Amino acid sequence: MIYLELFWAFAKIGVMTFGGGYAMLPIIQREIVEKKKWVTEAEVMDYYAIGQCTPGVIAVNTATFTGRHIAGDLGGICATAGVVFPSIVIITVIAALIRGFAHIQAVQDALAGIRVCVCILVFNAVLKMWKKAVIDKVTLALYLVILIASVFFDASPILMVVVAAATGLIVKGRAAS
Amino acid sequence: MIIYLKLFWEFFKAGLFAIGGGMATVPFLQEISRKTGWYTAGDLADMIAVSESTPGPIGVNMATYVGYTTVSRLFGPVAGILGGILSTVGLVMPSVIIILIVARFLEKFRENRYVNAAMYGLRAASVALISSAGISIVLIAVFQVNTIEEWRSATIDYRCFVLAAVILILTRWVPKVKDLHPICFIIASAVIGIIFHMSVPL
Repeated sequence: MIYLELFWAFAKIGVMTFGGGYAMLPIIQREIVEKKKWVTEAEVMDYYAIGQCTPGVIAVNTATFTGRHIAGDLGGICATAGVVFPSIVIITVIAALIRGFAHIQAVQDALAGIRVCVCILVFNAVLKMWKKAVIDKVTLALYLVILIASVFFDASPILMVVVAAATGLIVKGRAAS
Repeated sequence: MIIYLKLFWEFFKAGLFAIGGGMATVPFLQEISRKTGWYTAGDLADMIAVSESTPGPIGVNMATYVGYTTVSRLFGPVAGILGGILSTVGLVMPSVIIILIVARFLEKFRENRYVNAAMYGLRAASVALISSAGISIVLIAVFQVNTIEEWRSATIDYRCFVLAAVILILTRWVPKVKDLHPICFIIASAVIGIIFHMSVPL
């Protein structure tokens, strides 16, 4: 039963991935390319590249691609359900526990420390992305305008995304080719 | 009932417009919190920590966490489970639909110059939105204020600055230590928080 096999393979990948999409790449390579031989290395790289320029979580995009490649549209949906399944179970349990313990002084102290840590983790993520995204004057200007609009004027992120895509199309859409 | 539809719809929008990986969902979660009041900026920081410390894609973890906590706060834990599932399905659905369509003409899509041109702008937008979300988390975690307009009432707690500086140095410049998984720094910060009673103002 290929659908169950896809679900199970991607559930394993979901469990083993700590820390988001990029951490998943080596695990996908081992499970899907080397063990199962469902797709080639080059195909996985393509999925990743497209996963980055389509909306949504990269891990999910890669699962959908691989599942569809093996067993059609339903395969894509089964692989996606698989990759998401462990998170739903684990997070629901943790969320339930946190709500039970949130009033304890030590838990609040721990969360206060953790929040400071999260600031630095977000800052590091921003720096990593910055190098690939802010590459010239236009992208720097876009960055500053969107940052100011959302920090000081609560601009809608959806509007900002649309404006950025339009700017990209106007600046690069004609010049290329 | 209406809360389920609202959760699904809000996460569907986040899934449709958040481009470029896990943290990209954070600005949308912030917008949801601002619009609905389902959770606070402080809750959001806790969600990021939980999501970073558990397996699975961060965006999915966040959707489950928000959906569960929001609904269980109102209608109890059993209803919360359905809330978590629906938020996650909402987040994932746009990308599944788009990928199933894109996969039909893979090569053309990747080399399309309009796609590349849009991406050029979108990458900058993504970093800017995450930066903005990061600033709000700094306000709440380090300065104990909810918005930038409240900067006059910001508190200066040296424990936060010291902890932030130490983690910054450890995660960026100390060889070997900086490659450790984020969960190590999160656990260490929790311990420091408990030792120094960080939730109690000085």
